[in-house]
Amino acid sequence: MLDLIAQMLSYPFLIRALVVGVLISLCASLLGVSLVLKRYSMIGDGLSHVGFGALAIATVANAAPLAVAIPVVVAAAFLLLRLSENSKIKGDAAIALISTGALAVGVMAISLSTGMNVDVYNYMFGSILAMKQDDVFLSVALAVVVLVLYVVFYHKIFAITFDENFSRATGVKAGWYNMLIALLTAVTIVLGMRLMGALLISSLVIFPALTSMRIFKSFRSVVFCSAILSVLCFLIGIFISYAWSTPAGASVVCVNIAAFFAFWILSFFLARKKV
Amino acid sequence: MALITCENVSLAYENNIVLSDLSFAVQAGMYLCIVGENGSGKSTLVKALLSLKRPTQGSIHFGDGLRQNEIGYLPQQTGAQKDFSASVWEVVQSGCINQNGCSPFYSARQKQMAQTNLERMALWDLRRRSYQELSGGQQQRVLLARALCATRKLLLLDEPVAGLDPMAAQEMYRLIQALNREGTTVIMVSHDIQSAVQYASHILHLHNKPLFFGKTADYLQSDVAKRFLGGGLHA
Ligand SMILES: Nc1ncnc2c1ncn2[C@@H]1O[C@H](COP(=O)(O)OP(=O)(O)OP(=O)(O)O)[C@@H](O)[C@H]1O
Ligand SMILES: [Mg+2]
Repeated sequence: MLDLIAQMLSYPFLIRALVVGVLISLCASLLGVSLVLKRYSMIGDGLSHVGFGALAIATVANAAPLAVAIPVVVAAAFLLLRLSENSKIKGDAAIALISTGALAVGVMAISLSTGMNVDVYNYMFGSILAMKQDDVFLSVALAVVVLVLYVVFYHKIFAITFDENFSRATGVKAGWYNMLIALLTAVTIVLGMRLMGALLISSLVIFPALTSMRIFKSFRSVVFCSAILSVLCFLIGIFISYAWSTPAGASVVCVNIAAFFAFWILSFFLARKKV
Repeated sequence: MALITCENVSLAYENNIVLSDLSFAVQAGMYLCIVGENGSGKSTLVKALLSLKRPTQGSIHFGDGLRQNEIGYLPQQTGAQKDFSASVWEVVQSGCINQNGCSPFYSARQKQMAQTNLERMALWDLRRRSYQELSGGQQQRVLLARALCATRKLLLLDEPVAGLDPMAAQEMYRLIQALNREGTTVIMVSHDIQSAVQYASHILHLHNKPLFFGKTADYLQSDVAKRFLGGGLHA
């Protein structure tokens, strides 16, 4: 097994994928706790589909993929946030509309220009080969910015996640922090999308938080556990993907599923012991 | 200059007017109780005073240099959902959030404040427990402790004693009175009319429009009070 790991580390593309992947897992899991608790999980999913559409159009137009996708997805994040806050339009239905719409536009754009090919498959399910050298620098820089902002605003994020009305009433600019969460989520999703796949990236946001909540009962412990769990699952997933030649994104998600069930079963034992 | 001034305020949900033509002023140091039947618009007014709800007519001003982050608030129902992983300590500490400006961390003074308020509410031993696993009354006390952390000039409480046992309720009233004497302005919605007239300096009686606003002593002499209390009061 150690041989296999040493062998893995001798490939520069794998090291790039590992570095970016670990940072993305970390960002996604931290934001995931707030998104899950605020019932915004669907926003993550919607954004990844919008990201797919944006990447597809960028490819067709021969533009830099991240330069197109990041602004488009950030704009979509603000839009989705407004929609889910507005009680008149059903938020979840609106998100479904936007995400399937973006998916369809992306597929059309690609099939009209090059025909469905390996690229599309990679966008949807991710590819470990997707990370180019310049992408790595940008991804690492943005991921670090996301992490720093999260740490700086951690207490504010907790306050508005727990009770937005109270925060607003006592003078916290809740709308501003909601936008911040949406912005950070958008950036994280775009960065992680090519590695994990548009259809799978949102699981990186949702799984670690849900898994940690089986056992941990304070916000801080959930956040820490999610972060550690997310990185571990990513590393194990990539190892499995290398050892058995399975797709990276799907492998990581499967490890996350296993972790979820492990925590779930463990929570029953812990509950039994308490009684 | 009053702390809060309402001028001809009307409040509505969609086109359904729940409160109309309300004018009153809250002076610094007042202990104001808002009373009225269920659905008379008390909670809606509290939300409007906190700028959570915009009046459809009229205006609400803050005066005396009152700023939004000097207000403590106890909601009647929290926006917080079931299944929320948060410890009691984290919830109470989050009340201080409006005072640390741009600083990412809580100062030692704010931690001290959270501790003081936890002890006041007899929650110190529960501080590591999960908020969701507490009883209704315990949760109410946690939210009260959070409101106390947030307040510096004004405390707005929407039915603070609902769900508290008689001892805790008495303790609560004494605490609020003490805070009021130290200079905190208090606005409280309450169905416990006996205690309301016992402690409050002023009463606002609502029934989708203001029926009475003034000193408690005058309220007790008014027809509104006599009808509302139905002779159940020994004043
Ligand atoms: N979110 C809402 N949407 C629509 N109507 C609402 C909403 N909240 C309250 N109302 C209506 O506004 C009116 C006043 O409600 P409010 O909550 O202010 O009453 P209240 O005086 O606080 O009553 P209670 O003593 O039961 O707490 C009620 O008729 C209620 O049906
Ligand atoms: Mg009410």
